[in-house]
This record gives sequence, structure tokens and C-alpha cells, in this order.
Amino acid sequence: MTRLVVGPFNRVEGDLEVKLDIGDGRVEKAFVVSPLYRGFERMLSGKPPMDALVYAPRICGICSVSQSVAAAMALAEAQGVVMPPNGELSLNLVHATENVADHLTHFYLFFMPDFARDVYTSENWHSVARERFAAIKGTAASDVLPARAQFMHLMGILAGKWPHTLSVQPGGSTRAVSAGEMARMGATLSAFRRFLERTLFGDRLERIAELSNETELATWAAEKPETSSDFRHFLYISKALNLTSLGPSTGRYMSNGAYARAGAHLFARGVFTNGGCGSLDAGAIAEDISHAWYAAGNGALSPSKGETRPDADRPDSYSWCKAPRLGGAVMEVGALARQLVDGHPLILDLHARTGGNVHTRVVARLLEIALVVLEMQRWVEVLRPGEPFIAHASMPDSAEGSGLTEAARGSLGHWLKIENGRIANYQIIAPTTWNFSPRDSEGTPGPLEQALAGAPVRPGETEPVAVQHIVRSFDPCLVCTVH
Amino acid sequence: MNIQRPERKRPLRLFWLQSGGCGGCTLSLIGAEGPDLLATFEAADIEVLWHPSLSEATGREVIGLMERICRGEERLDILCLEGSVMRGPNGTGRFHMMPGTERPMMDWIADLARNAGHVVAVGSCAAFGGITAAGSNEVEACGLSYDGQKQGGLLGADFRSKSGMPVINVAGCPIHPGWLTETLHSIAAGRFAAHDIDEWERPLSYTMHLVHHGCARNEFYEFKASAEKLCDLGCMMENLGCKGTQARADCNMRAWNGSGSCLDGGYPCINCTAPGFEEPGHSFTLTPKVSGIPVGLPTDMPKAWFVALASLSKAATPQRLKENAVADHLTRPPVDRQKKKR
Repeated sequence: MTRLVVGPFNRVEGDLEVKLDIGDGRVEKAFVVSPLYRGFERMLSGKPPMDALVYAPRICGICSVSQSVAAAMALAEAQGVVMPPNGELSLNLVHATENVADHLTHFYLFFMPDFARDVYTSENWHSVARERFAAIKGTAASDVLPARAQFMHLMGILAGKWPHTLSVQPGGSTRAVSAGEMARMGATLSAFRRFLERTLFGDRLERIAELSNETELATWAAEKPETSSDFRHFLYISKALNLTSLGPSTGRYMSNGAYARAGAHLFARGVFTNGGCGSLDAGAIAEDISHAWYAAGNGALSPSKGETRPDADRPDSYSWCKAPRLGGAVMEVGALARQLVDGHPLILDLHARTGGNVHTRVVARLLEIALVVLEMQRWVEVLRPGEPFIAHASMPDSAEGSGLTEAARGSLGHWLKIENGRIANYQIIAPTTWNFSPRDSEGTPGPLEQALAGAPVRPGETEPVAVQHIVRSFDPCLVCTVH
Repeated sequence: MNIQRPERKRPLRLFWLQSGGCGGCTLSLIGAEGPDLLATFEAADIEVLWHPSLSEATGREVIGLMERICRGEERLDILCLEGSVMRGPNGTGRFHMMPGTERPMMDWIADLARNAGHVVAVGSCAAFGGITAAGSNEVEACGLSYDGQKQGGLLGADFRSKSGMPVINVAGCPIHPGWLTETLHSIAAGRFAAHDIDEWERPLSYTMHLVHHGCARNEFYEFKASAEKLCDLGCMMENLGCKGTQARADCNMRAWNGSGSCLDGGYPCINCTAPGFEEPGHSFTLTPKVSGIPVGLPTDMPKAWFVALASLSKAATPQRLKENAVADHLTRPPVDRQKKKR
């Protein structure tokens, strides 16, 4: 057996190191290390509650709005304030813009460039893939950046700027939108849709959204040449490399529910285990720190009572990431989890056939781009200029609140306690805290650690390419992970 | 036909590290427009040796590159750091170990900086410590040559890169993409010198201005027609903590994401380009006042004059502004008296 230390692991958001025990050309055990600690939870303690809206988005530059939304929801619960319909729509649009842009950034800038690597030179698809997806130099990068930047004009209108807006408030949005701006947003979405339909999908978004099983997906893909759109290009490479065999999921998924409106979510809240859906009991969430660099406390703690006391010298620990568990069990979060919980037929069928893996994670993410952009077009149409975008309420001296939402890469929760008009405790569980968690007190590895076990390692590889695909298939965000 | 080709200079080689930050400056940067980021790099003849979010190279290949730079075997023209330097716990730097090396990131940063032509702090974290240094700063976060407002930081006040320049602080939380691309382009063109930076070594190209300049709420400011709550259209200085009249940046002259700015988004300027902005000593969206007068008045105006002018202009405020200032959308348009009522 040999030990490989892979890092710096780039084209993920933040810092990551992966330690691998290799034997017989396979990964036997993986240890996922989050090597950076910043201490936001401790920083927030003692602050005026509303100031969380300045600090929280700055936890993460890529999930910035998601952090704002979770903080605003927790504060809203503390205040008992209810958003007007415009406020919900506006926040959903801002949140969706970030999430869709993140999916796009992940696919084009973080995930696909690995297929341009020299290790694949002998594959017959390599030279075309390299020309298209190579990091920085590929044609895809110069196509996607202007399209993404123009799409982000929605942020300029709705949120002032991105990342790190302060427009997202417990009672809605600080920025009322005019009829003229509705028209501009509609035009921006149409232009973005044109990019998606011509370049990413090579078909209408409705057609992608309606694909309902693996056969339909394969038939759709075969309608045009493999490289006629980037989604087809991915499906082609994925088949050639059998990406369904890489990075198996534990089969347990959860979603906090995404895009709340009038008491319901666009993508449902719940869990998906053993092929069936169930409800999510947020009270069963607890964070284990048995293998993380924190002072040992009273076992796994509910985030509403959570503690963060760093201890860099703690023995037998290997990460700044805590290990969140739901009822003691490991859960995977992300676009795949969201679409399973919400019951999208294509994702249910793919999962029934091959389970969660590198392929299904990427397909779920791209499908979600189509689903969400279609919804964004509907949301813009029902904004009501002239009616309120925000409700105001006072902040009680003592209160508690939690905010559960979904970032692009999965479930995000904030838990807040206010005493004497100040934040007394603030706990955050980010998506990649779930996915990249270390072992817990039972010795059970986290989702990525389990997904890496069995990954093939080619002779002489120091950064196994299969490991690269598996890690990036989760779209990790390490700056969120250890906030 | 004889076409004169410009003399081919060598491309400028850029290496980018991230430490105690959120990655938001990179995410803001890839939103560069007119032209996009890659076209900008090409125009400036900048070669990205490595950037954590953009490059293919990973693991040992990157560490090898860093080692060669530190040994002087590989030329490094521009080192960019995004995020604070993490010195904790107890000065060991163990709150951020460079993956794959078992060595604190702060040591790598110092070694690379010594071998770089120019050193650029990208964002307020890398410049001054920023948000990561908020609260009691248990993680001992600091900037490259500042610890908050105090000179020093990781590299010390006397640090000069090989070009002879101090650390260039492109401060902001996050940066506007243009602030950095213009600075990098100027460096690459050999046009960036000591007189192009302000007293905090920030590029004057954007700190020559106040956030106040070009603010769409200026008419409300002139007449002291103030917003009372977040979402009101009036001036946010009197009640909502806005620091636009003191903050140095061209946020309202240079659109964010096509058309926006913090003030356009309906929330106050929090002076994020300044050292120490993360601990304002008051709630960010509440203006601290002494006997009803905001403490943070424009810095280069006599206070008595400000108060006198304010009370005069308040007395002269048109009804249109009074009403619009406390509404979330314009309710009363300007009226043209040339148009006679029938």
C-alpha cells in the first residue's frame, strides 16, 4: 500500500487536500482534508443581529447570495417578519442567478477541463475535447465568460452587485424594480437562453426539461453530432470513459428545499433514501467533531446548540471540516440530491439504473440550469412594480431562528441565537461540510471519502485523474465548508 | 506593403494564490466585461502561470512551479494574493497549511513575494486583513503589508518587490473587475509607478474618486432628503450608515454587473476599500449620531459649514424630493412648467 497526498487541489472553490491509501491500482481509503480555518461563527458572536447580513455573504464568494438568504431566513424567523410576494420573487431571482451561474462556472471552468489532460491523449475524442474545454485556452472558456457576465446583469439590477450584496433582507429586497427594469431582465434572460440553447444544450430548454428517462436522453443525444453542443459532448465523453462507474454515492440524499414562494418550494425539501422520498427532520441534524480540529465537547451537537472551539493540536484529527450527520447517517447534497428529492423523472431513472456517480451528478446539474432558467422567466413576468418589495420589522432582544436553503452545491443551514440584542451563537452547516466531511465517531467516512474508495489509479499517477473527476463532480466549495 | 509590427515584448507571467478569503474577488473578476477577462489578459500580454480557479495544473506540478520560482529558476512578474494572510494560531500559520506541502501558506507567500516583480494584494483581505480579521481576530489575519491600519503585515512596511514598488493594494470587498484588470494592464505596459497609488498604496485610478461621485441619489443628498429605512430612495447618509461621501472608490461611475452599485441596490456604502471597514464600531446600516448630527461627515469640509448648508437646503427641499426620498419607487416625477395645463 502507498500513500498519496493530492494537493493543492485546484478548480474547486477554496483549499483542499486529499490523502489516498492506494493498493492494487485502486484507492483503498481516502481522507479529505480542509486545510483552512477562518472562524466566522466566532466572529459573529457579539455582533448586532442585522450585521450578520454583511458578514455572512463574505463567507463565500461563489455561494455569497445563498449565505445571505440563509442568514436572512434565520433573522426573519427571529423577527417574525413575512415577505411580500415581490420580495420572494426578487430574492428567488437573485438566488437563482447565482446558482445557475455557479452551475455554469462549475461545468465549463472547473469540471470539463480535466478531459483536456494529457493522460487522455490516446483517446479518439481527446483532441476535439482539448480544443473545446482546455483550461483558459479552450474555445469554451471564451464563449462562456461573456455569456455569464451578461447574465449577471440581473444582479446589477436586482442586487446592486455580486458577490456580497446587502439587498437580501429578512423582509425581502431593498431594491424595488420598475417596469422598465422588468423588460431589461426579460431581455437579459432571453439572451442568456439563446447561449444555453445554441451552445450548452443545442436544443430548447423545454425539451431538456422534459427528458424523462435514460432512453430518451440517449435518443435525444443521438439526434445530432456528439460535439454539436457541450451537453452532448459531455455525454459522449462520459460514455467513452464510463463515468457512471466513478464516485458511487452512499445512496442517501437530502435537500433543504429551494426557492420558497407562497409557502412552497420550487424544489422540494426532503430526503431520498433506498429509492424513496421522506420528510426532512432538521432537528435530527448534528455535527460530529471526533476527527476535526476542534476541542472535544459533548459528542455530536445540534447546530442550534453547536460550538466552535478550534484546536489545531487535537490528536487523530485531520480536517477543519466538522462532520454533519442526519440521524447519525451520512448524507449527500447537491443538484442530484435536489432533483431526486423533487422527483424529476430523468434523474430518478438514471439513479435507479446506475445510482449516484460522476455522470448523474453532472447531468442533474445541467438539467437544473434548464429548469431554473425557465422558472426565472416566469418569475420576472409576475413581478408587480409599485407594490412593496420588502416588509420591515423590529428585532427582539432575545430570539432564535434558523434558515435552511440550497446553494448550487447543496444544502445550507444557518442557526442563530440572539440574547440581549446581540448574536449569542451562530452556527453554519454548508453543502460541502456535508459532502466532504471527515470520519465520524463511528469511523464512518464522509460522502466523498466513500465515493473515492475503489477509484482506479493508473501506474505512475500522482494526481489520479479519476480522483480529479470524482472530487470535482461534487462541485465542492471549501471556503463555505470551513467558514 | 510593409506592415510595421510592434516589437514583441515577453509576456508578463502571473501567479495567483488564495489564502484566508472567500474567493469572491476571483468570482467578481471573471465577470469582467468589455472585454472579458481572457481577452483582457491577452490584450495586456499576461500569461497566467497558475490561478487556482482557472488553471489545469494541479498538485505536484504546481508545487514544483512554486519551488522553481522561489529558487529563482522561473521568472515571476506579478504575484497576486487573494485573501488574508493567516498567521494563527500563535503565529504558526497552521490555520492555513498549503495543501500537499505541510507548510504554512504564509511562508509560501513570503517566499514567492521576494521573487516577484510586482506584488498585488487583490481585495481588502489581502491588503489589510479585511473581513477575516473581524471580531477579535483570533485567527491573526492580516494583509501583505498592513495589519488593519497599522503598517507591517506579513511582509513589513519596508517591503519592496523587485520592481521597487511596495505591495499594490487593490482593495475592495470584493474588487470591481476593472480595478484589477486596469492595474494589471498598466503594470504590463510599464506605465504603473509610485505616483499611481494613494496613501494606502491603492491604485488612484479608482481611489481618486469618492463613492459619492455619480451616486444617483445626489439630488437627495443636496437637499438632505433622507431615506428612513432600507429600500427608500433618499440619501442614506443621515440614517442608514452610508459612507459614500468618505469612501474612496468609483463605484457609482463604473457600473457593477452592467448597471449596479451598492447604493443603486438600495443599501449603504460600507467603505469596503478602507482598512478596518470590517469593524465600523456601529451597526453597518445605522448612522451613529451625536446630538442628532451624523458623526461621519465629509472629511474635507468644515463641519460648521456642513451643518449650516444642510439646514438651509433642508428648508428648501422640493416636495418631489421629500416624497420620493421615503418611497421605494419614484412616485412624483419632475414637472416641466413649459407645458401649460389646458
